[in-house]
Amino acid sequence: MSTDSIRRVTEGEYKYGFTTEIETDSVPPGLNEDVIRLISAKKEEPEFMLEWRLKAYRQWLKMKEPHWAHVEYPPVDYQEIVYYSAPKQKPKLKSLDEVDPELLETFEKLGISLEEQKRLAGVAVDAVFDSVSVATTYKKKLGELGILFCSFSEAVREHPELVQKYLGSVVPYTDNFFAALNSAVFSDGSFVYVPKGVRCPMELSTYFRINAADTGQFERTLIIADEGAYVSYLEGCTAPMRDTNQLHAAVVELVALDDAEIKYSTVQNWYPGDKDGKGGIYNFVTKRGACRGRNSKISWTQVETGSAITWKYPSCILQGDNSVGEFYSVAVTNHYQQADTGTKMIHIGKNTRSTIISKGISAGHGQQSYRGLVKVMKGADRARNYSQCDSMLMGDRCGAHTFPYIEVKNPSARLEHEATTSKIGEDQIYYCKQRGLSEEDAVNLIVNGFCKEVFRELPMEFAVEAQKLLSVTLEDAVG
Amino acid sequence: MIRVEGVPGLYAKRFAELETQCSDDGSCWLGPLRQQAMQSFEAQGFPTTRLEEWRYFDLGPLRKTELHHVHDRERVNLRRETLAGYHVHCLPGALLVFVDGYFEPVLSATRSLPAGVEVRDLATAIRMQPDLLGEHLGRYAQVERNAFVALNTAMLYDGAFVHVPRGVVVDSPIHLMFVSTGTRGPTVSHPRTIVVAEEGAELTLIEDYVSTTDDVYFTNPVIEIALAPNARLEHYKLERDSKKAFHVAGMAVHQERDSRFASTSISFGGHLVRNDVSCMLDGEGAECTLNGLNVIGEHQLVDDHTRIVHAKPHCTSEELYKSILDGFAEGVFNGAIVVAKDAQKTSSQQTNRNLVLSRHALMNTKPQLEIYADDVKCSHGATVGELDEDASFYLRTRGIDADTARRILTYAFANDVLGRIVIEPLRKTVESELFAFIPVGLDTKQPC
Repeated sequence: MSTDSIRRVTEGEYKYGFTTEIETDSVPPGLNEDVIRLISAKKEEPEFMLEWRLKAYRQWLKMKEPHWAHVEYPPVDYQEIVYYSAPKQKPKLKSLDEVDPELLETFEKLGISLEEQKRLAGVAVDAVFDSVSVATTYKKKLGELGILFCSFSEAVREHPELVQKYLGSVVPYTDNFFAALNSAVFSDGSFVYVPKGVRCPMELSTYFRINAADTGQFERTLIIADEGAYVSYLEGCTAPMRDTNQLHAAVVELVALDDAEIKYSTVQNWYPGDKDGKGGIYNFVTKRGACRGRNSKISWTQVETGSAITWKYPSCILQGDNSVGEFYSVAVTNHYQQADTGTKMIHIGKNTRSTIISKGISAGHGQQSYRGLVKVMKGADRARNYSQCDSMLMGDRCGAHTFPYIEVKNPSARLEHEATTSKIGEDQIYYCKQRGLSEEDAVNLIVNGFCKEVFRELPMEFAVEAQKLLSVTLEDAVG
Repeated sequence: MIRVEGVPGLYAKRFAELETQCSDDGSCWLGPLRQQAMQSFEAQGFPTTRLEEWRYFDLGPLRKTELHHVHDRERVNLRRETLAGYHVHCLPGALLVFVDGYFEPVLSATRSLPAGVEVRDLATAIRMQPDLLGEHLGRYAQVERNAFVALNTAMLYDGAFVHVPRGVVVDSPIHLMFVSTGTRGPTVSHPRTIVVAEEGAELTLIEDYVSTTDDVYFTNPVIEIALAPNARLEHYKLERDSKKAFHVAGMAVHQERDSRFASTSISFGGHLVRNDVSCMLDGEGAECTLNGLNVIGEHQLVDDHTRIVHAKPHCTSEELYKSILDGFAEGVFNGAIVVAKDAQKTSSQQTNRNLVLSRHALMNTKPQLEIYADDVKCSHGATVGELDEDASFYLRTRGIDADTARRILTYAFANDVLGRIVIEPLRKTVESELFAFIPVGLDTKQPC
């Protein structure tokens, strides 16, 4: 394999690095109860939210930053982070025309022009620019079906009963260090509620974008699918180039009741740092879904190409009988990126099934770990799990690791776990070249084939973007 | 004299005894090693389930059990007839018997060994061969990594020493039998075994842990194996302890260029059993095979931790571990494979299969790959499940009743590993232990 072509892919520079200059409204760096009160006040939150944030903050003070993940990074100074920043906003916007033109331009650069999305794709976009939702489209159409799709702050103001009922019910603030931090300071995020028996007619999507320098982003997403409901949610990210590391600690909670289905897809392309490992986003995320009802289903699909450090385990709690959990993941680490990612499948109900397909590609000095837990509790009769974790290595300085945990307390459960690690196939590349393909095309072809099982699970719009993203990330990386 | 606070009293006492009697038994040169180990054990303490490596292995029952060491002067005289029932029938070769941790020459036989081959008790070797022993003792089994290796090293007194010189092939297996009698109440022993195979040497070694009591005791063995270039060792470990015993063992293997190591570990007994196996492939072309079979029920727990480090290129490793769990048994498997940065052309394969026969049994498995080189082929697979209903149905359509079908399939599951036992008499012994667990009506008692 030509080292040139590997170098080209592994050394491709981040293509989405630009900063938009927008006035931001920030609080001073650091964290204490006053900052939390300030955030809560700025967002005009009801009393219960402030109480909850403060409880989370007090819990967080008692916790220690975890270090068990297979990643290395300099210590984070939590007192140097700015915990709230919102683009200065005119009073409520009624149409896209009122949105800051510079902001719209940024979205266009990212290829997610609201107009275009609105017109062509029929996708409702809730664009989160830094921490505050700027525009929400298609709200009316969704509103007719009774579907609530809005920013988290709006949900807190307008549907406090739903927020109070479900917030923290899947990821309590005591869950882990980063979840506690998020619970205390989260700025905004998305909220979705799909009522009984409603099938959401379009893919809901949000683009997150970290903008103001040194602003930690603390998103909070809550999606509830009531009995018999269906929703597919897309999350995609790009971030501008930065020199200092930025911390991102999001929390995503999904709740599926009887016969409901939630499909959650992510394409994550945050700034991974330059090719010497300088800068880049720290992405410490807690994502968890609860299949509360019978026959419910939660499916996670993720394509992780960005961030300097990724630390993320989208999980499913399979509580309802016959519920199904799925996890499909492609993770790419290049240069000095590090990713420790995987899933947890907790089988509690009878006849619960889960599938895990994880594909890791490591190039340059990238380090990647799959860490997963499949746990079958005593009452989970006839639980079934199939896990497959494959890693592909490109270059002799990268690493790929797997840490799967399997805990079985029920004899009627059937679990299978398989993992392989190998170099990208020289024979395959040779074969493709023999058929007239360039080495780069051959590599793209092989990598896409390697990830096919995961891409197949992505909604159409995302699948195309994901494939493009992969070939950009690995540009000249295949050797 | 070092401080020994925080260490359970019996170990501190034993440690002090060994220190004072060292001029009598010629083991004073071990002083620094023992002291370092004791300090390490003191620093680590008994591991708790909060430690990742011990999360499924709760030492609570061991901590709560009152144990003591058997003194030199109160050694048990085990009668030959008592032991007869525990022998591996028709097994040729040298035999070393240890009773409650002490070598018993009367019951042992070391004739018929090729010239130059040394098979003797460690206490003698410590006295007679400090130079050769000093080169290997404590070099592979590292005290900092494991509190029980540290404990064994701090309590170092007796065990076995096997040395095969350059180019010598030992045809018959060398059988090490560690007997716990329980005659002196709940005792603890720390046998240490050192195996040194020089360049091109070949041997077969059987570690066999048996008990003449059904009661509680604690065995804490450590074996260190050094294989020079082209050396070859076939290793077996048969663990048939009492159902109340604690067995926490360590094995450390160091392999040089083109050496071959194959190990098969079978566990039937013990209440809490732990096997920590670590293999260092430290020369090109080295090969390592680890097999394991655990057949347990009641409230038994067997925890297998293996770690294979591919430090050099062109090495091969293969692992097959199987567990059959009945009753309230718990199985744990943690198999780590580490491929170092420049260990290109590594090939490594790991399989862990577990058969759960009872509602109350449970299995925790964690295969693990850590790979820092790119030109490698590594894979692992793990399964947990009950017997295949289709296979059972098939047998029943052929007129075999459900219970027999279940036993036949269980036997077939185990047979995968049994088939890897090359020594016929040993395989027969293991089979008969297996049949005690799942009677299938086959007769294994055959004349030699």
